Amino acid sequence: MNATTAAVPQTSSGISNAKLGVWLFLASEIMLFSTLFTTYIVLRLSATSWPWGWTALNVPLGTLNTAILITSSVTIVMAYARAYDRDVAGFRKWMALTLALSACFLVVKAFEYGHEFSLGIGPSTSVFYAVYFTMTGLHGLHIVGGIIVNSGLLYMSYRKDCWEDPLFLGRVEGAGLYWHFVDIVWIFLFPALYLL
Amino acid sequence: MSQSHADSHGHGHAQSFLRRYVFSVDHKVIGLQYLFASMFFLLSGFALMMLMRWQLAFPGQAIPFFGRLFPADLAPNGVMSGEFYNALGAMHGTIMIFLGIVPMGVAAFGNYVLPLQIGAPDMAFPRLNMASFWLFLPGGALMLGSFFLPGGAAQSGWTSYPPLSVINPGQTVWLLAMVLLITSSLLGSINFLVTTANLRAPGMSLMRMPVFVWGEVVASVLLLLAFPPLEGAAILQLMDRVAHTSFYMPKDLVILGSHYAGSGGGQPLLWQHLFWFLAHPEVYVLVLPPMGIVAEIIANNTRKPLHGYTTMVLSMLSIGVMSLIVWAHHMFISGMSPALSNFFLVTTMIISVPSVALMTCLVFSLKGASIRYSVPMLFALGFIPLFAIGGLTGLPLGLTVTDIYLHDTYYVIGHFHFVVVTGSVIALFGGVYHWFPKWFGRKMNDTLGQIHFWGSVICMVGIFLPMLPMGLAGASRRLYDPTAQMHNLIVQPLNVVSTMFTYGLALFQIPFLWNFFHSIFRGEKTVENPWQATTLEWACPSPPPHGNFEKTPRVYRDPYEYSAPGRKTDYWPQNEPA
Repeated sequence: MNATTAAVPQTSSGISNAKLGVWLFLASEIMLFSTLFTTYIVLRLSATSWPWGWTALNVPLGTLNTAILITSSVTIVMAYARAYDRDVAGFRKWMALTLALSACFLVVKAFEYGHEFSLGIGPSTSVFYAVYFTMTGLHGLHIVGGIIVNSGLLYMSYRKDCWEDPLFLGRVEGAGLYWHFVDIVWIFLFPALYLL
Repeated sequence: MSQSHADSHGHGHAQSFLRRYVFSVDHKVIGLQYLFASMFFLLSGFALMMLMRWQLAFPGQAIPFFGRLFPADLAPNGVMSGEFYNALGAMHGTIMIFLGIVPMGVAAFGNYVLPLQIGAPDMAFPRLNMASFWLFLPGGALMLGSFFLPGGAAQSGWTSYPPLSVINPGQTVWLLAMVLLITSSLLGSINFLVTTANLRAPGMSLMRMPVFVWGEVVASVLLLLAFPPLEGAAILQLMDRVAHTSFYMPKDLVILGSHYAGSGGGQPLLWQHLFWFLAHPEVYVLVLPPMGIVAEIIANNTRKPLHGYTTMVLSMLSIGVMSLIVWAHHMFISGMSPALSNFFLVTTMIISVPSVALMTCLVFSLKGASIRYSVPMLFALGFIPLFAIGGLTGLPLGLTVTDIYLHDTYYVIGHFHFVVVTGSVIALFGGVYHWFPKWFGRKMNDTLGQIHFWGSVICMVGIFLPMLPMGLAGASRRLYDPTAQMHNLIVQPLNVVSTMFTYGLALFQIPFLWNFFHSIFRGEKTVENPWQATTLEWACPSPPPHGNFEKTPRVYRDPYEYSAPGRKTDYWPQNEPA
């Protein structure tokens, strides 16, 4: 227990509301993505033909995106560590870097989608592409959600009273947990779709 | 204690009407919003069923009075069309389950009663709570309003099996509405779980929580874990409809003589698995909170502690776990490896053990009691035998051999409605009579309540009992015109009986509605604790002010300390020092 969290009123479980809420939310998110992975497995096992991921998709770009997301997970931890130490400028710097990396991920993804669309490939082309577009699309929506939350936190950090609010650090931690989850989903998606 | 509460809205500030009654963050107002909304949806769903019952009893005859009101493509000359019948059936199921009973049992009662019962000033996330209601209402409006949209309402049953649901009109709106409703229930279930985990009053240990709170907790866990798979499945079905993917569309599908345009290669059975992975736990979401309500009412009116509180809690928890691995017993005739169906047969039989344990505890709680026959108690007493019929008629459906014969017959409809109508709905009625004094500071009329109880129970049994022999005789539950099959003719009179009781049930809701709305304004004024109950919701004024308790209550004992020896009164509130 550090000085910042001690200011948060005690709860029956000892875990803050925000943290418990985020973990429960992530539990439901795990169920959501598990459903899609189950769909992937079921459809692939029953398919008469299924392309190798590396022949259908752009592996270098996928690898680049994996690197970008993993880096952004590091930078959001740095942002949390700076916020923990009440280093306002440091928090803003690392959070801005996280946002920049998330935007890069979406730009790379947009190039991949654009290339596929230009070849006339879309979700209705085959079950493989249906799975690919739906799963990466839903993951992309989660990235967008993370960008909204993280920019909100960055915006809040410019309000003076935000650093007096004992809940602010908890919010940053929650956003970090969510961002790691989005990262982990991609770490499963990348090999499942691109490499296998 | 009240971290998010204290900083999100101040106490005692004058608030605008909009802020106080419409976009309120107070759990009590949101609870009542859910109550009124779900009552409206229950009545709408019931109205759809009254139309369907006419067609089933008198196929091909014009609907009296209302028939002419429908546009000619739905009901030419007042006679219901097959498409209209399908839409009514799909929407009846969807509305009753997702917009009626679950929001009433989990969200309305949960929002109002759960924070009070654990001694909390509000929910853990008041603003999320408001967001949850304001996602639910548009979702419900969209669902109900889909009748008036081009393409009409969904026609593929509340189960929405593909490929039919991918082809049929109206389904896209159903899916969009479901996404709103699922998101709403997700926010609600996170809120209930965090509230119960974090905002309990000092001394309120887990095993001192009232049974209703446990029912809510298990239901919330199920909603949290089982709804996302349906959300995922709905997204895939939406993709099939909008982006023309083929998640659920098999190869070489021929529709009305022409090949399906999509790529094919999907699995229709996948939807059934994902759907029932939600929809079976959903049955327990429908049942556990009402069962908690019944336990509250029984403890209060038998004036003695519940028999086997620990057993009840453990049973609810094990039902929660088991309900996630029984789903495919809804799919025995969909095509499944015998090894797999045996697995689901066994888990289904196992889950009936804790269910029976719960019922046994309720029955044993009556033993040796001097029962106070208040109106809520009538409903609780009605619940026990009628819900038991629902449960026991389910056993033949859990066994593969008998299910293969019974699955597509009216027997299933009879069984399910005994569980959900004479089970959940009756318990919810009891809950309304029980907590009405707390909500509005006034009591509902007893005589009207008794008329409502006896009329409703007799009519409900009259509706659903005939369905069991009809099903045993082989009457298909999927027919728009039951007389289309010769072997149904012999049981067709039972359809007429069932329909007559349906209209009777509608009549007996009039005293209830009158009693409910009249009593809000004119009912007999009541005190803080009119039932002389022990749980914490009765330890604050009726209705509770903003913030609920004057000062945070302290809990000293178990929830149902009635008739404790050596005390002047026969009840010993949880917050009263020794």
